[in-house]
Amino acid sequence: MPGPEIETGTRGGAPARSDGSGTTDDSREMASGLDALEAGVEAPRPLHRRLLHRAGPPLLAIVVVLVVWQLLATLGRPATLPSPGEVWGELAGAHREGDLLPAIGHSLLRCVIGFGAAAAIGLPLGLLLTRVAVMRTVLRPILTAVQSLPAAALVPVAVLALGNSEGAVYTVVLLGAVPSIAVTVASAVDQLPPLLLRAGRSMGATGVRGAALITVPAALPGFIAALRQGWTFGWRALMTAELITATPLPGLGEMLAEGNRAGSMSLVLASVSLILVVGVVVESAVFRPLERRVLTGRGLAGG
Amino acid sequence: MSTGLVAPTTASSTAQGAAPGTEPSGAVRLNGVSKVFGTGERAQLVLDSIDMDVAPGEFVCLLGASGCGKSTLLNLVAGLDRPTAGAVAVPSGRPALMFQDHALFPWLSAGRNIELALRLAGVPREERRDRAEELLELVRLPGAHRKRVHQLSGGMRQRVALARSLAQGSEVLLMDEPFAALDAITRDLLHEELSRVWRERRLTVLFVTHNVREAVRLGQRVVLLSSRPGRIAREWDVNLPFPRRIEDTGVSTLATEITGHLHEEIVRHART
Repeated sequence: MPGPEIETGTRGGAPARSDGSGTTDDSREMASGLDALEAGVEAPRPLHRRLLHRAGPPLLAIVVVLVVWQLLATLGRPATLPSPGEVWGELAGAHREGDLLPAIGHSLLRCVIGFGAAAAIGLPLGLLLTRVAVMRTVLRPILTAVQSLPAAALVPVAVLALGNSEGAVYTVVLLGAVPSIAVTVASAVDQLPPLLLRAGRSMGATGVRGAALITVPAALPGFIAALRQGWTFGWRALMTAELITATPLPGLGEMLAEGNRAGSMSLVLASVSLILVVGVVVESAVFRPLERRVLTGRGLAGG
Repeated sequence: MSTGLVAPTTASSTAQGAAPGTEPSGAVRLNGVSKVFGTGERAQLVLDSIDMDVAPGEFVCLLGASGCGKSTLLNLVAGLDRPTAGAVAVPSGRPALMFQDHALFPWLSAGRNIELALRLAGVPREERRDRAEELLELVRLPGAHRKRVHQLSGGMRQRVALARSLAQGSEVLLMDEPFAALDAITRDLLHEELSRVWRERRLTVLFVTHNVREAVRLGQRVVLLSSRPGRIAREWDVNLPFPRRIEDTGVSTLATEITGHLHEEIVRHART
């Protein structure tokens, strides 16, 4: 700790300003001088640079994947690998027949509804896990265990219990997403700086008010991370459920199953690519900007 | 909230003998306060029969080496913890608390941090904005209302934290080494700001520090705590006129004397 306290060269110096005149103005100027020196300088980057900075690396990655894929297909290794062009043709064909958009629509709708319900259950549940002792000791280990269960293991259970129905699909999505959201929220709340909570309590924010005014906003980045992960888990669980369950409204998972049944590698790869693209688009169009916004407001991520 | 802060402090400007506040009018009263952490064989006595009275408007510095239970004592006064024995009384209501870390809420702007404290203190919505501006003005940060916490320097953050503490409307301000993490120039400046705000607002301040000069620079009374368990070892009245500066001769003379006693307290632990 540096300290001019050690310097004792005051003996011959000016006497203490016991009258106080000048001291106040001095300190006012000192204060604004220090503030100007210490406050960070922020120069925003121009928009096109920012877009390039953000979109550049993912675009490059896609190009690399396509090039390597095309190369392998041309070399014929493995022999069953269709070229990107063939897979694209498959997608175009499905679109012409009018199967493609409904399949994407059905899957997305299910995921949005399922995810919405999972968020509505998982977020408060996660908060309760940290606050209520019984839930913490009993329910949390159960949720953690369920979280590690693959969705594929849940599908037969759901189908036997509820039949080949939308209900079975939603059950699998909820069981996939809710534990993940709740557990992530709980650990985010556990990791909050105790000092902030102490400051809140010393200001009189206790109980429900403390949760609403301090805990929830403090843990907001954790909430968003939980939703992001919940979406991923839910989307995966949904694809598994659609792959195995035969529901009246076919989704992307059924498209995959169909390709599998027909032994068509290009249809299978077309479905896989679509599933991947939907997942990535939702992630980067919804969750990433949300997270970035929250973190930037707290000085935790560069704009 | 306020139950009557009547007497302006008389000890603030001129030499004065006995410690004020011996009759039961103290703004903070500690009566035989002890604190034990843990139970059974692992029980540890952290504070041992602390008796202390802080008069309304008085600035008292608690000084001690590590392990003297300074922070525990503040927690007890703040009502965040309960004493194992004895009684703590703060008649004016919940004191405001300020930490070494600014503890500002990073999801709120500087102004909103203050407004939150006002809200929790029951200030109606339409008054909050103006009151927050006033408080920022008081700590000399006009125009910082919309600034995010991470955009402020360390010294500015502590000034916002001070404003937020004042927003709680308490007459008693507890400070737990609030300037320990600041560089020397900024700390010097904040000493001046705090001293000014204390006199302007007639606050009662209980200020914990391990910096002897800081204690003498700021306090009207310096209380030295011994370590393990924390007991009141000695007290000094600081009869130096305000405003003071850290490099004042009087400050350094008394600081040297107190440092000697502090060292004695520490050396005692080397022998035992």
